[in-house]
Amino acid sequence: MTRLIVVRLLFGALTLWAVSLVVFAATQALPGDAAQMILGRDATPERVEALRDQLDLHEPVAVQYLNWLQGIVQGDLGTSYSNRTEVTEVLSGPVLSSLTLMGLAALAATPVALLVGAVSALRRDRAFDHASSMGTLVVASIPEFVVGILLILLLGPGGLGWFPSVYSREGGPDQWVLPVLTLAFAVAPPIVRMMRATMIEVLESEYVQQARLKGVDERAVLWRHAAPNAIGPVAQVVALQLAWLAGGVVAVEFLFNFPGVGKILMDAIENRDVPLVQAVVLLIAGIYILVNLIADVIGLAANPKVRVANR
Amino acid sequence: MTRDAGREADSGGGRDTGAAVLSVEGLTVIGRPSDVEIISGVSITVARGTILGLVGESGSGKTTLGLSLLAHCKRATEISAGRVEVAGKDLASLSERGVRELRGRAVAYIPQSPASALNPALRLRTQLREALHDASLSAADAQARVREVLGEVALPDDDGFLARYPHQLSGGQQQRVAIAMAFVGRPDVIVLDEPTTGLDVTTQAHVLETIRRMTRDYGTAGVYISHDMAVVADLADEIAVMYRGEVVERGRTDRVLADPRHSYTRRLLTAVPLLRTTGHEEGGEPEGEPLLRVAGLDAGYGRTRVLDGIDVSVHRGECVALLGESGSGKTTLSRSVAGLHRQYTGEVVFDGSPLAAGSYRRTAEQRRRVQYVFQNPYEALNPRRRVRDQILGPYRHLVGRPRDPGAVVAEALERAALSASYADRYPEQLSGGERQRVCIARAVATRPDLLICDEITSALDVSVQAEIVKLLRGLQDEGMALLFVTHNIALVSNIAQRVAVLHRGVIVEQGPVGRVMSAPEHEYTRALIADTPDFELSFAGAPERLGMAAQDRPVTGA
Repeated sequence: MTRLIVVRLLFGALTLWAVSLVVFAATQALPGDAAQMILGRDATPERVEALRDQLDLHEPVAVQYLNWLQGIVQGDLGTSYSNRTEVTEVLSGPVLSSLTLMGLAALAATPVALLVGAVSALRRDRAFDHASSMGTLVVASIPEFVVGILLILLLGPGGLGWFPSVYSREGGPDQWVLPVLTLAFAVAPPIVRMMRATMIEVLESEYVQQARLKGVDERAVLWRHAAPNAIGPVAQVVALQLAWLAGGVVAVEFLFNFPGVGKILMDAIENRDVPLVQAVVLLIAGIYILVNLIADVIGLAANPKVRVANR
Repeated sequence: MTRDAGREADSGGGRDTGAAVLSVEGLTVIGRPSDVEIISGVSITVARGTILGLVGESGSGKTTLGLSLLAHCKRATEISAGRVEVAGKDLASLSERGVRELRGRAVAYIPQSPASALNPALRLRTQLREALHDASLSAADAQARVREVLGEVALPDDDGFLARYPHQLSGGQQQRVAIAMAFVGRPDVIVLDEPTTGLDVTTQAHVLETIRRMTRDYGTAGVYISHDMAVVADLADEIAVMYRGEVVERGRTDRVLADPRHSYTRRLLTAVPLLRTTGHEEGGEPEGEPLLRVAGLDAGYGRTRVLDGIDVSVHRGECVALLGESGSGKTTLSRSVAGLHRQYTGEVVFDGSPLAAGSYRRTAEQRRRVQYVFQNPYEALNPRRRVRDQILGPYRHLVGRPRDPGAVVAEALERAALSASYADRYPEQLSGGERQRVCIARAVATRPDLLICDEITSALDVSVQAEIVKLLRGLQDEGMALLFVTHNIALVSNIAQRVAVLHRGVIVEQGPVGRVMSAPEHEYTRALIADTPDFELSFAGAPERLGMAAQDRPVTGA
């Protein structure tokens, strides 16, 4: 099993490297002059030339890439153009905020989604099941920022007025509620559906029937016999959804004016702050890969065939 | 054998070993919402220490009856009438909690397929321990009990074994674990749902022996569900025959075998292929150039070697049986001959010219002349195409566009003993036996010289199996050569002229069926013959067992 994890890790690193190539290509190496693009059409030729020097744009593309990659490996993400500070410094605060936001959304969404899915499976074809499958379908088919807007209209100042709709430095913890809820709603439906489908399959399996025929009580049937066999497939979907959070957070942060990586990314794109864009995109990709890796490991660990064979 | 116990009353069960511990009266189970009766008015009784064989084909309701003895109904079914009494308790009167306490202690269940009935995510220790759901038992006592019962089914009882997962056991071991799991709580009644279906004969013999011994030692009443009359005849004290949800005949095993009263019982009995060890017509080694000659064939998958130095030949109009247990390499051999498996070395000569490894490198004519029928007719037909298109597909590809497609289809169907009206059906509108006939029709449509049949009856009921065997005999009489792959030695003696016994990738014995059956030379063949359950048919009107082949010979339709 350790070997399998190491292999997965290597593949993760490989993917990350591929992503770095794409990011670099898209932001710096594409035809057209990066310096001109950054400074805009009105810039004087001298300033463009100065920036070209500063960006090493005279070097061949491969050398530029290697320099950039070397910096990243050493933890040096470069200097932000717009405010002349280290990218790492610019990002540290927002990254923490965004990770907290994502973590809270995951914590809120996953257990509830798993529970709703499991209960739907147990009450298959009854009112609860129909309601939940209808509900998840509706929520899943609406874009997350629309869900956010609906939540604001319903619970924000215009509606019930329970929670503030815009993040501000002075606000209390209640200003986290709506962004977290929005992300949770965006993430939950596929988890609910997958959990329901997997549980139905597992509950109809012969080993669950056999456990019941052995006289094992229903709770043990559910938690001891059914749940461990449902973990593997469901973990994959949970991971995909949580990984989606890394990108999905961008629109939601923008909507709530939440000071996270999403907002930084939007600002950086607007300011043509190439090093910052590169860093944020790489970070999102990294989270994506990491979460999927964790899901793979959980899936492997939940499968006794793998667990025993590769000890 | 416990045949001597409980034999006084003919129908009603023996009462001399104490009161019947299981009694079912007028039990009716209906399906919801259609209200169709799945079983209707069934009554059985079983005494301690005896085994009742519940026989019938698939769909006859025997599993439904078996599960209702544990107060379990499948989805969308319910008991609408009758009562089930286990160890003096009426199941209908029990609460959900009462039912749970009853299961595992008063009545236990051994499933058909332990591979899917043992939880893949739990260690054996957990699964065995929880079957003994007795809260008053200390952990040490429970552990001791688990070890004791493992010893009784001849499994290791050390910690290492208990810590294993089901996938780390062989099929036979898994079934023994399932038996141990059922007996660990010392049940009064045990329901066995075709527990040996997936096992080869040698393992089956061991498992049956274990079941027989355990029911006797524990004084447990057994209900053995099976479609295999031969197994039941060997094991059960009494037989109840189920047909379309009703028990049509009930009685002591020897009586039912000797004097079956219901016509369905007779049909069931005559359908069982009987092991014939004597009385084969003396067939010598055929002469002349064989149609198919395989010489020195080695085959494998990657680095794993499956077949080693195989020599076998098939003459025109001859049926050669390839007999072996699962994993012996018999399917690999037949796939190699058909060109479906390419990783082999050695010589495959068909009608004088060598066949290339892999069908892509063979000519269309070569492929036309060798056709293949697959094991599972439920998977071998495209569910979205009509029978007509399934038959015409290979014909168009190998022979060319027919001038009269209808005639080609009608003729192929007729050779497979189906009427031409089947051409417009989809596979889902066919029964298992009809599907396999369509598969055969598809194979014979191109008028092949050699038909390879890979376990083509193993997914079918015995009665259907008998019809398919009859059909193949007819094809053979028309001059077709057959390579008949099977694990069922009784079938071999009913269809083939020569047999090659395959064991762990090597042919251990080969020769005319009569010689191999009556005087097997290899130890493995002898063991196979000894382990195969068999019985004598002696009732009036029974087809004379030796003459079965002769009687059925002139067959083309039916």
